[in-house]
Amino acid sequence: MNSLLTLAATVTETSEGLALGITEGGSWFLRNVWLIPLVPALSFVGILFFGKKMPRGGSELGIAAVGIAFVLALLTGVAWVDHRDNFHGDEVHVAIVQVDDHGADHGADHGAGHESGHPSLAVHRTTTWFQTNGVEFTVGTLVDGLAVMMLLVVTLVSLLVHVYSTDYVHGDRRYTHFFAFLSLFSASMLLLVVSENTLQLLCAWELVGVCSFALIGHWWEEKPNSDAALKAFLTNRVGDMGLLVGVTVLFFAAGSALPGRFGSFSIAETNALANSGALSHTTLVVAASCLMAAVMSKSGQFFLHTWLPDAMAGPTPVSALIHAATMVVAGVFMIARMYGVFFEGFQIGGSSINLMAFIGGLTTIVGALLAFVQRDIKKVLAYSTISQLGYMVLALGVGAWTAAVFHLFTHAFFKACLFLGSGSVSHAVHSFDMKSDMGGLRKHMPHTYRTFMIGTVALAGLPPLAGFWSKDEILVGTGGWGLMGGTGGNGAYTLILGMGMLTAALTAAYMTRCVYLTFFGEFRGHGEPHESGPRITGPLWILAGLAIVAGFFNMPKGFQLAPESLQERFGHFVEPVAGYFPAISHATPSWSLAIVSTLVVIAGIAASGWYYFIKVEAASKAAGTSLTELPDGPTTKYPLARMGHTLLSNKYYLDHFYNGIVADGTKGPVARMVNRINQDVIDRTVDVVGETAVKAGTVVYEKIDQLVVDGVVNASGRGSSGAGEELRKINSGKVQSYAAILFAAATVLAGVLIVIV
Amino acid sequence: MFLNQFLLLSAVLFSIGVYGVLARRNGVLVLMSIELILNAVNINLVAFGAFRASVGGEVFALFIIAVAAAEVGVGLAMVLLLYRNRRSIDLTQIDQLRG
Repeated sequence: MNSLLTLAATVTETSEGLALGITEGGSWFLRNVWLIPLVPALSFVGILFFGKKMPRGGSELGIAAVGIAFVLALLTGVAWVDHRDNFHGDEVHVAIVQVDDHGADHGADHGAGHESGHPSLAVHRTTTWFQTNGVEFTVGTLVDGLAVMMLLVVTLVSLLVHVYSTDYVHGDRRYTHFFAFLSLFSASMLLLVVSENTLQLLCAWELVGVCSFALIGHWWEEKPNSDAALKAFLTNRVGDMGLLVGVTVLFFAAGSALPGRFGSFSIAETNALANSGALSHTTLVVAASCLMAAVMSKSGQFFLHTWLPDAMAGPTPVSALIHAATMVVAGVFMIARMYGVFFEGFQIGGSSINLMAFIGGLTTIVGALLAFVQRDIKKVLAYSTISQLGYMVLALGVGAWTAAVFHLFTHAFFKACLFLGSGSVSHAVHSFDMKSDMGGLRKHMPHTYRTFMIGTVALAGLPPLAGFWSKDEILVGTGGWGLMGGTGGNGAYTLILGMGMLTAALTAAYMTRCVYLTFFGEFRGHGEPHESGPRITGPLWILAGLAIVAGFFNMPKGFQLAPESLQERFGHFVEPVAGYFPAISHATPSWSLAIVSTLVVIAGIAASGWYYFIKVEAASKAAGTSLTELPDGPTTKYPLARMGHTLLSNKYYLDHFYNGIVADGTKGPVARMVNRINQDVIDRTVDVVGETAVKAGTVVYEKIDQLVVDGVVNASGRGSSGAGEELRKINSGKVQSYAAILFAAATVLAGVLIVIV
Repeated sequence: MFLNQFLLLSAVLFSIGVYGVLARRNGVLVLMSIELILNAVNINLVAFGAFRASVGGEVFALFIIAVAAAEVGVGLAMVLLLYRNRRSIDLTQIDQLRG
């Protein structure tokens, strides 16, 4: 609390100061949001210690905890809706070191760029974590629309996944352990989204990584699973180093801009300083690039995405919760959280290409192409997730903040729905292989089929389902659509718009392929598949319902078919209008762009549908079996297509590159050098030290130990044995001789007493 | 006051008691000698109490009498058990604790 008091004192001393856009006031739910991560954290401990003794193996405790967290998140959401427009408390200001020239003009365009309207003040609350050398480190909560939205998404998806898992991992050998880690994951993720400072964010970031590792390797007895867990963990370590460096750079940079402060981890302060121009551009570029490395590993961006498809080795509910809906969006969330740093660092405003947008755009195409060559239904969805995460990063890269966050929101629902659907399918056919064990399942599994179709249409982005609205906003936000007035973003990102369009078509096409191979044609597996139970289909239908309606939360501004009170609701409540958020401009939605992107999606579906539903279907009829591809398809006819297919099948040879060139190339020479150092330097030193020690030891043994120490010991032993021999004669056993000694001693003492006194 | 006479009496009694404890072989007699020692102390206490005109000495003597009663009770019980086990109460024969 001390730092808050000093902040408050600064406000009274200097009327001029940097407005952070945060407040210490606010209603009870917004100030006590720390309860939400606490409940699942307690449940983790409870399940760990008492889960095995509970009638349902601890799952009831996990569900209850996440349920409570969800209710609390809902109440927090209600409180935020009221707070956003009706709060009139004091805003926190902070004094800054004045910069010579460009501080002033930054301040000017900062004010002008903001849309008019009531500013949103985030509710901020901290307490001291630890203190060292006069520098105070805090933990706390920073609650704004973004945090509230994430709280809702995480708790809701987590609750549904918990319910789903009670059926899916029923009878598993580590059932209790599974639910304990689901609880810990929920707690860590919730802690991450309410983090007030980057240090706390870093801790939560590592915690979700650990949970991801433990859950991917849930069935670690099989080698590929534990390998996948290790790969996920190690790949994430690469990016985590970036996060660590970036956070440290920002800590000291903020400290140099704040008078009398050593450094600052505070997200609000760092962002506000970046927006105000008090931090140098070079610092921000370095910090943003380091943080970008963390995003690339956590959110599976090209070229650190390779761990995410392998992570599908974990149980399917884990893939849905962690590797689709929540944890992998932590990177996207972190960009959205530190947007001041990224916006200034990459100079997103007024540009037409930058690192973040390019990585996002590349990832989205690369991921979508890989989804075409997968046999495993979960891998298709995993590459789809990579592609969609690329979409979000791309959107943040072009300054379409709300669109990115909104896509995160809708994607969580339809991708969780698809993953859980694939889990339901695999539950029925005991395999994930679409080509050999699936096909024709629409007749056997009507609920799974319908929800999967809803998820697919939402992902492909056909109106009016959720994916259409968020994808369209991202395309609009690129500002690259010059035709018919659809423009006005942060820059003219035409190339990025093209990448987005291409991905929209690819997404529609690979999902059509996936749906055909799974649900159409004839069943190619063994046995009789059956529909899953209500604990699996229930969550599927809830998520499918959300995949339909989630898009209506943020209908574009000026959309003629919706009343004005329903337009941009999500943006209004989630996008901050505050000092810690940069002044971004908003693009104008355009009918022409929406129509063109829908046509592109339809073209993708049509191309893929023509190949599978017409050509492959006809070939199947001719061959008498259910085929999964044409016997004389393009890969057999055209060498170029075959080369492309080989490239994709080998995942662009990235794994070969990492293992063969990077890892082997490093470990061979390094190992040889280390061996030489070991033999020639370390071992020699050790040998010399050892020989000297042996010689010295011999001397010490013969002279000191044998003569001096042993002599003393032996002498004292002999002395006490002799004394004992003499003294034992007194001990006659006769009571009266003892009494005589007693009296004699008393007499002597009495004599002594008389003499002394 | 004739304090000296009382102290002499008590010294004589004490010496007889000590002699009895050290020299007699009969356990009962040793216990009786201990009583003599205690009573010598009692005489001293009462005499000093009267000499200094305070009741503290008498009170102390009364406590000692009470404790002595308990002590001799325990002592006689031990002698009785000794007799039952060994058919003898000669203290010189009881030397099992010799070192």
